[in-house]
Amino acid sequence: MKRELPLGITAVVGFLFLVQYFFKIAILKSMTDELTDWGTIVSAFAALLAAAGLYKIHLEKIARRKGPWEMSIVLVLVMTAFIIFGVFLGQKSAPYLFLSNQVLVPLSAAIFSLLIFYIGSAAFRAFRLRNLEAGLLLGSGFLVMLGRAPIGEVVWKKFPVIADWLMKWPNLAGNRGVLIGASIGSIAIGLRILVGIDRGHLGQD
Amino acid sequence: MTAGRIFTFWFLIFTFAAVYYFMERAKKGNLPGVRPIAGLAALDEAVGRATELGRPVFFVPGRAEINSADAAQTLAALEILSHVAEKTAAYDTGLITAVAAPNTYPVAQEVVRESYLKVGKPDAYDPDMVQFYSSEQFAFGSACLGVMMREKVAAAVMVGFFQAESLLLAEGANQAGAISISGCTRLYQIPFFVVACDYTLIGEELFAGGAYLTKNPIKLGSMQGQDLAKLVSVLFVALGAILETFGNHSLTQLFKK
Repeated sequence: MKRELPLGITAVVGFLFLVQYFFKIAILKSMTDELTDWGTIVSAFAALLAAAGLYKIHLEKIARRKGPWEMSIVLVLVMTAFIIFGVFLGQKSAPYLFLSNQVLVPLSAAIFSLLIFYIGSAAFRAFRLRNLEAGLLLGSGFLVMLGRAPIGEVVWKKFPVIADWLMKWPNLAGNRGVLIGASIGSIAIGLRILVGIDRGHLGQD
Repeated sequence: MTAGRIFTFWFLIFTFAAVYYFMERAKKGNLPGVRPIAGLAALDEAVGRATELGRPVFFVPGRAEINSADAAQTLAALEILSHVAEKTAAYDTGLITAVAAPNTYPVAQEVVRESYLKVGKPDAYDPDMVQFYSSEQFAFGSACLGVMMREKVAAAVMVGFFQAESLLLAEGANQAGAISISGCTRLYQIPFFVVACDYTLIGEELFAGGAYLTKNPIKLGSMQGQDLAKLVSVLFVALGAILETFGNHSLTQLFKK
């Protein structure tokens, strides 16, 4: 029963949403709207559970002085401040906005900016001419970079044309192939889960 | 029926029918052959390497919520997590599962717990094997980077839905000296993974994980159904290209219905 009930609920709710997507049935619309609200509530509880898990791990680290436990103190303090400001003062309050705009956003931007260095190091490894495939990647990457960078057009005005051709034809064709395969794969996994055949997400074969 | 979704509906019915038919065939023993998928085959090698080095395996099942439009990728990733957790349980290897979506967190915990139970090592299961870091994209990315470096993970498996943090994770794994296996269906992230990881599951290969690893006949059968639907899609694409070339828009109009 512990297994069958969740599978049954998944099947019924899944098919309800599927039918509602294709058919205009007023009662189904109200049912799926209601279920979406339930989903939001369940997600909120999941967020509480996740936050509790985070507290548990980091409080244990602080208590045992394990690893970089000083960082755990910072995390616990900031997380607690966010919760207190968000819940009691609101998400539009000055302290909450300060933490969000002056701390979180700049830190996120800093981490995002690391990508430029990682692109460089990844490209350095990927563009080594080891075999035919790596050669094709190197050649097409080189042409697209030259076509996209202003200097490419100065060197030879055909570089942007070649880059556009590579992006519009071979690249787009490959992308669409991946997209079609992935979409049909999603449908198949969706069907298997809806009819209860696929239980891998429950840890079963 | 909602306008603009009629063709989609019938194509979905066809795909369901094809998948169902081949699943039934597979039940009777007509199993399809599956081509080797390097990324999935390398999972055991990755766990083996981690075992030899005495270092943990790092697993990220993407960042998508389990009730989002990208949930299929998360569910496929959880199937792969189940296999990886069974192996780490069998070899007594450490496992760190990093979760970004709150509602994936309890499901991932259940998957890992079940896997340890299945192998007969429930006592080896530690709830902290699955950790929620943050649902903020770059907070999650930096947390993963930190853990990979500090724990010196020997293998990093990053499969599911990713955005710009994909390269952070892939390069972090590389800097930690880990064997890296990635998988994604997002067209923007696949190139990052391809250039930065040792193995990459491209697009539908991610969804083949459950069937490939478990050898479950029904799942293998469903892959054959997927292939038939894919073949029909390719025929539609080819036919559409020919008809449009000659100025005939009937197929395009049909798709819009």
